[in-house]
Amino acid sequence: MAKLPSISIAIVGSGGAGALTTGNSLLEAACAAGWHGLFTRTLGPQIRGGEAAALVRLAVHPVECLPDRFDLLIGIDWLNAHRFGSEIKVGPGTLVISDPQGGDPPPMVTQSGARVVEIPMKEMAKAIRDGRPNMITLGIAGRLLGLSIEQVVTPIEKRLADKGPAAIEASQSGIKAGFGVAAGIDFGMQLAPPNARATRRWLLSGNEAAALGAIRGGVRFAAAYPITPATEVLEWLAPSLAKVGGVLLQAEDELAAINMIIGSSFGGTPALTATSGPGLSLMIEALGLATSAEIPIVVVDVMRGGPSTGIPTKSEQADLNIAVYGLHGDAPHLVLAPQSIGDCMFTTQWATYLAETLQSPAIVLSDQFMGQARAAIDRPADVAFIGARSVATDIVGAYERYALAANGISPMAIPGTRGGQYTADGLTHSERGIPTSGTADHRAQLDKRRDKLEHFNFGDHWATVEGAGDVAVLTWGSVTSAAREATGRAAADGINVRLIAPRLLLPAQPERMQTALDGVKRILIVEQTHGGQFHRYLRAHYDLPTQVRVLNRPGPLPIMAGEIYRAITEWR
Amino acid sequence: MSTVDTRLARKPAEYKSDIKPIWCPGCGDYHVLMSFTRAFAQLGLPPEQIVVVSGIGCSSRIPAYTNCYGFHGVHGRSLALAAGLKVTRPDLTVVVASGDGDGYSIGGNHFLHACRRNIDMTYVVMDNRIYGMTKGQPSPTTEPEFDTALSPGGTRVRPFHPLVVALASGANFIARCFSGEPNETAAVLVEAIKHPGFSFIEILSPCVTFRPDEKSWKDLVHPAPVTATTDPGKAARRIMTDDGFNLGILYRGNREPFQPAIGATGVDLSELEKDFEL
Amino acid sequence: MSKAAGSPKVADLNDLLAVAYQIEIDAVERYNLLADQMETHNNPELVKVFRDLARAENIHGEEIRRLAGDFDVAAHARQIAKFERSESPEQADLGSAHYLMTPWHALQLSLAGEERALAYFTSIVETAKDPKVKNMAAELVEEEAEHVNLVHRLLRRYPQPSESWAEDLDPPVSQE
Repeated sequence: MAKLPSISIAIVGSGGAGALTTGNSLLEAACAAGWHGLFTRTLGPQIRGGEAAALVRLAVHPVECLPDRFDLLIGIDWLNAHRFGSEIKVGPGTLVISDPQGGDPPPMVTQSGARVVEIPMKEMAKAIRDGRPNMITLGIAGRLLGLSIEQVVTPIEKRLADKGPAAIEASQSGIKAGFGVAAGIDFGMQLAPPNARATRRWLLSGNEAAALGAIRGGVRFAAAYPITPATEVLEWLAPSLAKVGGVLLQAEDELAAINMIIGSSFGGTPALTATSGPGLSLMIEALGLATSAEIPIVVVDVMRGGPSTGIPTKSEQADLNIAVYGLHGDAPHLVLAPQSIGDCMFTTQWATYLAETLQSPAIVLSDQFMGQARAAIDRPADVAFIGARSVATDIVGAYERYALAANGISPMAIPGTRGGQYTADGLTHSERGIPTSGTADHRAQLDKRRDKLEHFNFGDHWATVEGAGDVAVLTWGSVTSAAREATGRAAADGINVRLIAPRLLLPAQPERMQTALDGVKRILIVEQTHGGQFHRYLRAHYDLPTQVRVLNRPGPLPIMAGEIYRAITEWR
Repeated sequence: MSTVDTRLARKPAEYKSDIKPIWCPGCGDYHVLMSFTRAFAQLGLPPEQIVVVSGIGCSSRIPAYTNCYGFHGVHGRSLALAAGLKVTRPDLTVVVASGDGDGYSIGGNHFLHACRRNIDMTYVVMDNRIYGMTKGQPSPTTEPEFDTALSPGGTRVRPFHPLVVALASGANFIARCFSGEPNETAAVLVEAIKHPGFSFIEILSPCVTFRPDEKSWKDLVHPAPVTATTDPGKAARRIMTDDGFNLGILYRGNREPFQPAIGATGVDLSELEKDFEL
Repeated sequence: MSKAAGSPKVADLNDLLAVAYQIEIDAVERYNLLADQMETHNNPELVKVFRDLARAENIHGEEIRRLAGDFDVAAHARQIAKFERSESPEQADLGSAHYLMTPWHALQLSLAGEERALAYFTSIVETAKDPKVKNMAAELVEEEAEHVNLVHRLLRRYPQPSESWAEDLDPPVSQE
């Protein structure tokens, strides 16, 4: 029995089969028992009853990318499962559990060389009062992975806590039955035992992490307009803000949402909204207003497939252009990008801190993959990045809201402060804030807003810079995890590759990048776009070595560690 | 002995900034500015406790001409900005200033929802039935036969009825005023600010440059024949059938203003982490 | 529109003097506002006209102060002299201003203001019970009548503007 550091399971089912609940419960069970794990899902287009697949990766170390191939695939039924062919890779080493009553396994299974074992899960469920096939499935998966019945039953009991003892009992029986039938199957592999650890761990999604990061950074107002895949950020914020004395207001559209948070911030309350590509497009005008009037706000863009309505339920990295270049006029602002689920919390908190300190809007580019995936992470350390705006008080004489200052940051008078009355304006203005079309004022304020960002010391958080060697992989966002796994594999093969992933995209950091690239002769740029947006961004802002290769693919499929590894090793 | 009017603790001049308006001489908005400063003085509010929020257009220039805090935002979004401000700072007095273009065209959607939400603020729309700032295009309140460069021969599209829209959407106080009666308007503005919830005042404010025909408004306006009603049905009938020059407070509602509880609760942030702990 | 409704209550001589004083002060403020507008809009001739009119009204105000003797007419005016409905009678109509207006136009506004003030004091003469008030009001009527005639004389200096007085060969400018 091979003891592996990581095992991946896919569970497929449709029409209320509960495949996603099964996958989530498996993740919760394993994580409670000490393992790390990642849960993502893939869906058909229906709102209910559609085909669904839970993709679960369990490991002894933190994982945030999917495997090149699944070790276990359970089909509660196979209706329309062929749609998942490109996402669920199986092969000769895969064990497939199939229900003879669940339809024919799709070609992705039958042509893969995988071993298929038939188990009549539907019938077994019928034999249990209120039994459900997915509980049988859960029991089978738990047993094959080496979990105990208690470990598997506990998360189900939690989930069904308010459904009553009958429902809980039915599920327990189902799980037991699954355990029973799985005892006779030789899976051939087992998860290596979890590392004994005293550290506290969390299980959460990137969207939840971003929301918590916002509150930690000082956000106490959010405006919400729902959009896939960002809505969960707002839904987590609604009760959470109320708990800490803040408020979330649902807006009539994104145009209202972005203006509401500007209003809140102008009144002194740090504010945030979350959206996706189409919403960010609507918000662009007001982002320019916040830039010009120097009002701190944070906008989380959970990127999805584009352009236009695109693929709302899939991930892509193609909002980089609009985030960096979308504002009309010369409007330098902050753009940041988390690199993992846990990093969604840090980066959103940091973005809030930076926005407040620099009196600038900050766009946080998350994506659907991180946003909606759940992972077990070590509880992040508390960081001291809490928004601390420079506020004008005890004002004597004529107040100059936009007074030129060495660091470009002028103290902001909060309404209610006597003597600080000014009118915030998107019109080009003087130091006093009075609209002007004059050359000197326009230049002075443009310089101020650019310099306050470019002269700020962002510190080491600006990027992940790991490893050594004269080859570097340059990537960002959710691709970072897959890239890290790839460079790890390459290192195990004796190929030393650096990994550089900027967390701060704007303002660019030419000196720091130069240091990071010192000695690098070849760079492999990896990004999930069709048009190579990150590649062009790098060329626009940085000096790159002459040997550059680009591995770019648009969504809907994530870029896999194996692809990146192959690209590294093929470039010799 | 003569009756003594309430002594004002503050003078209107305290609420005027030293910035000279760019409005054309003859513009109704000069009177509106007067009404603002008179109303603020009447209420005795410290200027730093008032925020005037506006969008884009001639009327929207007003914040900088007051000595209060101001926000001159982007076109059509002043109500949203004001909502975010007021909900987080209920201690401030928020007055939103707009025009018929900024408020009823691009701002139309936000107008509906601001009335619906009923946050405590006062919305003043200076209606001159034209887009003045951009040199004379028709607005949603322009007469269908009014000829402009963008609509030769007139739009042939019926103007809409903002007061009825406000009533249907839930505004808690509805009034119509005329800029040429600044004292009257100031009195209505005082009532509007004092009235809880979303107060909406349409101020007919002639545009001397693009609608010289509006000089006749001073002869067309008249006080409303009946006092304000609290019955939305009655108000709907009256407003729907009036001649558009009926002045005064036309509706006073009883809706509770929307204001969620805010402020420190003493809950530690670690409470929020409990959702995620394994 | 009834001017009486919303006019300040004049119960005695002090009230009348205070109101008369306030009327002049309001007129000063209005002429200065118009002068500011003309300054912003580059009509220097009218800046001078309005500043002169403001100065004249200021002198009238001082005269009323003298008439009042020791009585602090300004303080009393602050308490009672509020025109609730209409504007203060001598205030020039803001709505009739125009950036190209000529001195003739300004004087027409001034004339209308003086005539309104005259009518106002006339109504007090007609309705006042207190003989002191009646007499003072009559005095003020005479004053205003003099002002009316003065404006007429000034008007004769300026020809009626031509048909094209408001013609501006440049088109309006859109600032936003």
